Amino acid sequence: MSQAGTEIVRASAHTGAVPGAGLNREYQVCKLIDTTTCIGCKACEVACLEWNGYTFTQTTFDNSYQTMPETAWNYWNLIKFNEHELDDGRMMLLMRKDQCMHCEEPGCLEACPADSAIVQYANGIIDFQEEHCIGCGYCMTGCPFNIPKFSPGARKVFKCTLCNDRVSVGLEPACIKACPTGCLHFGTKSEMKELAETRAAQLRNVSGFADAGVYDPSGVGGTHVIYVLHDAKNPELYGGLPKNPHIPYSVWLWKKPLKWLGNLAIVGGLVGMALHYMRVGPKKEEPIPPDERRV
Amino acid sequence: MSTNAVHRTGAAANYDQELMTRYTFAERINHWIGSLTYIYLLMTGLAFWSPYLYWLAAVVGGGPTARFWHPWVGLFFAASYFWMSIQWRRDMEIDADDRAWKHEIKSYINNEDDKLPPVGRFNWGQKIFFWGMVYSTILLLLSGIGLWYTEAIPWKFHILRMAIILVHASVALITIGLFLIHVYMSTILEEGSFGSMVHGYVTRAWAWTFHRKWYYEVTGKPRPPQ
Repeated sequence: MSQAGTEIVRASAHTGAVPGAGLNREYQVCKLIDTTTCIGCKACEVACLEWNGYTFTQTTFDNSYQTMPETAWNYWNLIKFNEHELDDGRMMLLMRKDQCMHCEEPGCLEACPADSAIVQYANGIIDFQEEHCIGCGYCMTGCPFNIPKFSPGARKVFKCTLCNDRVSVGLEPACIKACPTGCLHFGTKSEMKELAETRAAQLRNVSGFADAGVYDPSGVGGTHVIYVLHDAKNPELYGGLPKNPHIPYSVWLWKKPLKWLGNLAIVGGLVGMALHYMRVGPKKEEPIPPDERRV
Repeated sequence: MSTNAVHRTGAAANYDQELMTRYTFAERINHWIGSLTYIYLLMTGLAFWSPYLYWLAAVVGGGPTARFWHPWVGLFFAASYFWMSIQWRRDMEIDADDRAWKHEIKSYINNEDDKLPPVGRFNWGQKIFFWGMVYSTILLLLSGIGLWYTEAIPWKFHILRMAIILVHASVALITIGLFLIHVYMSTILEEGSFGSMVHGYVTRAWAWTFHRKWYYEVTGKPRPPQ
């Protein structure tokens, strides 16, 4: 991204093709998580902590391999482990790496009241700017994936940055770097989508997962983190991945019609009162008739 | 100090201008706790409501500071309203005269107060304002506690997170409407009102004009036949 706009399109006294002519740079990045090849090793969890400078702290054990019940303000990357019984009685251990999905239409950004506390970059990354965050927690209501988490110490909200600091200098996110099975991929959105569809087709045609598919939910305009699932018809099985995530209706109602109705009513009321005062003026006390006085 | 005391001051030259106690010291103190906390809540709340009003947060110390204090000040506001509902519960009961007054509200709006049924210590509008604020405060308090600790609402109940955000904003808007009308009427529309909430007194003529039933009640003079 830092080199954006510096491709050569014309060169003096140059015969033949210009190196950058017709070049079409795709800025939209994407992380692909193939849950079918994840082994649950948690290297991505460790890499995330290490790169982002957090240390491991006490957690809750809930009789599974899962590190903690859900992501935390200082634990942005969590593999969710879910046991699933197939129709024929066989068991599957579903493992899904949970983190910010980097929605194209982000509910957190929509709900946020603080100027520039949440930004969307041209490459699709949604980034919290903690210096502008006021810690109200509206993003935690706006997010359909339960990702933003409040830090009581900082009184601000934190989440996965898709390693924006690495991506902006041409590196892949830390979790991708650490994955030993290659179930994590990073590239442009179109490349990742193609790779995901290829893998899903392979799962359907070769591996016997008839419902295998790609999770790139359209309700939030698509995401910059996409999954390959064995059973794309039931994403809820994978630790509560919503089937049709969207910005909550209440957030929409609040930010659109209610806001305009409310503002109109307030301004209308003020104007109305001014007109009333000019038209009928103040109420003044009147003298009491003598026979109604009390001595 | 009782509201029934009739004060005679040397300054008042005639019967009409002698003073009556309208609000006790406790009532006035509580009223101003309620108003000042409401104004703070209004400023910070509007800052979170619209980006165009976000500068209001800067006026009271910045966004994070506003976010920190808004719920605490909200508790004081709710406490003030709890106390007020104890102080004025009897005086704010809506009776048959109030219902008759409601039908004549047009006369009140047009400043034809002589056409209105007699009014007690508070008129129907004041009573509606009062009860509107009491019930709004309950809703704002309940939804506000949820917004204060959003992270404490488990994700499986996240529909609650979505509901309270809408409830808090909608009810706050209702209170803004009530508040604006209240401020307009008590500062510039009805002369003498604002001062009565500061020093506690109104003139007899004021009481006779705007709260005639209350005037007879306090002075003990029998009401003339209607």
